[in-house]
Amino acid sequence: MTVGDRNPLGRLVKLWLPLAISLLFTLFPFYWMAVTSLKPNQELYSRKVMPLIVHHPTLKHYVDLLTETGFLVWTWNTFVVAVVSTAISLIFGAMLAYPLARVRFAGAALVSFAIAATYLVPQPLLFVPLADIINSLGLGDTLTSVILTYPTLLIPFCAWLLLGYFRTVPGELEDAARIDGASRLQTLVKIVLPLCGPGFISAGIFAFTLAQNEFLYALIFLTKTEVRTVPVGAISELVRGDVFYWGQLMAAALLGSIPVAIIYSFFVEHYVAGLTAGSVKG
Amino acid sequence: MTAPSLAPAPSGSLGARRRPAFSLGRWFEQPNVFSWLMVTPPVLFLAALVGYPFFYGIWLSLMDRPVASEGRFIGLGNYAQAWHDPVFWQVVINTFVYTAVATLLKMFGGLGLALVMNQDFRFKNLTRALLLLPFIVPTVLSTIAWQWILDPAFSIVNWTLIALHLITPPGPSWLGNTHLAMASLIVVNVWRGLPFYAITLLAGLQTISPELYEAATIDGASAWGRFRYVTVPLMKPVIFIVTMFSVIFTFADFQLIYVLTHGGPANATQVFATYAFDIAMNGGQLGQGAAIALTMVPPLALLILAMAIYLRPDKTT
Repeated sequence: MTVGDRNPLGRLVKLWLPLAISLLFTLFPFYWMAVTSLKPNQELYSRKVMPLIVHHPTLKHYVDLLTETGFLVWTWNTFVVAVVSTAISLIFGAMLAYPLARVRFAGAALVSFAIAATYLVPQPLLFVPLADIINSLGLGDTLTSVILTYPTLLIPFCAWLLLGYFRTVPGELEDAARIDGASRLQTLVKIVLPLCGPGFISAGIFAFTLAQNEFLYALIFLTKTEVRTVPVGAISELVRGDVFYWGQLMAAALLGSIPVAIIYSFFVEHYVAGLTAGSVKG
Repeated sequence: MTAPSLAPAPSGSLGARRRPAFSLGRWFEQPNVFSWLMVTPPVLFLAALVGYPFFYGIWLSLMDRPVASEGRFIGLGNYAQAWHDPVFWQVVINTFVYTAVATLLKMFGGLGLALVMNQDFRFKNLTRALLLLPFIVPTVLSTIAWQWILDPAFSIVNWTLIALHLITPPGPSWLGNTHLAMASLIVVNVWRGLPFYAITLLAGLQTISPELYEAATIDGASAWGRFRYVTVPLMKPVIFIVTMFSVIFTFADFQLIYVLTHGGPANATQVFATYAFDIAMNGGQLGQGAAIALTMVPPLALLILAMAIYLRPDKTT
């Protein structure tokens, strides 16, 4: 399939044309976010001007978003929640994955089945009982509510991914460490973990983007502006009544996407490795 | 599932006949002890926040339980109510249409894009990174952009079609018309999910040895033959896994629909998750909402089973 097609017309039809269409479809919404966020309102809601470009760019929507709404607080909340729940998930994920990867123990099959089942339980199945539980624990409108529940979405993935990485560490290395008197825990911490850095980066990036993306639990558990995350804040507070503040909404959409996009751009390879690990391995 | 209790090590000469002394360190080194000490905290965490809510949800679904009041056990009453609720059956149909059409589009579109991407060209890595953007950006935020793209008054799609003289002003209301609303949701779902398919399938394609294609070519296989008898069989396991994830998460989709249509117009895009949310959170009927959410399980299980039969990796074709 990768045999070079020297015929330029064939190359155009088989490669460049489909790629161009895909990229246009993929990227247009982002372009549209940027363009909209830079337009003054009279241009935004005018049918007379050509809408595809900005005629009189303004940063007014960004200024309003940052000064008149809770956007900065939401961004901080989102960041805190994503970092803490990713950290919890990496630690718990590793604690599940290492014994499964390296130790023969009674009940291993049960544990891996439980992880797979947890992975496949869709969120909408759990939100009603969870809302009741969170409320009865008095955790409504606290960041703790989402910091506790997000890892349930992330741990199975982290465990699965790290399992693959732990298995790539040569068993001889661990045997050698054990013979030299290292305990299992020392072997894990001093030998295995340092070799699995890329695995932790992949799992961490993936978990971080998932946590930034979560909406349903945040929508239900967080109803006050000071605890909201960006997606919930944007959807509930930048739409007042029936009025959509499109300029601000697009500014929020763009600014809310940028942190994820930047982190992602630094670690694309790790992200893709994480994305494909589950489905391509073996 | 109980963890071995971590009793303080007896300091006496217990077991002194066979071993020098009982050593906590050595006890800790036993495979079962070490492993269960490691896995118990995360297992308990998941049991408390996934296992318990799941069974509590089943219990709730058997109750008449308005929010902030005592529940009353009503057996299968909530399920019976759903069975006689015409909106519920609309929800079932909507969810199946949404899942089936979006998944098929993503599967074929993703495979097509993966085949395109599996050629050598400049800026391949950059292209791949850009194509994945819809998948990594928070869904709600990109969906808000789509809502604006499909806005009834200022849709850029309508503006473009009008400018090209393809439609007459003002053009269709993409999210306000019952049929178009479902189609629009499917397009946005495909926009978001297709990169995942394409990039994962591309990774699968890259694991196929070029020698297999060379051998097939020598045996006289055409491009289609190589695709049909080399690519497809070898890609089946990957396609199966990706499709399973996609089906589960499309079937249970919430955020995209909640943002774009809230299930409207007139329940035309109401699916399990949005309907359960409406009843439980907006209507305050926790028991009924839990029941609606749980009715998702049997059809989802059937779908996965059907897929497992048709796309079974070991099935020889």
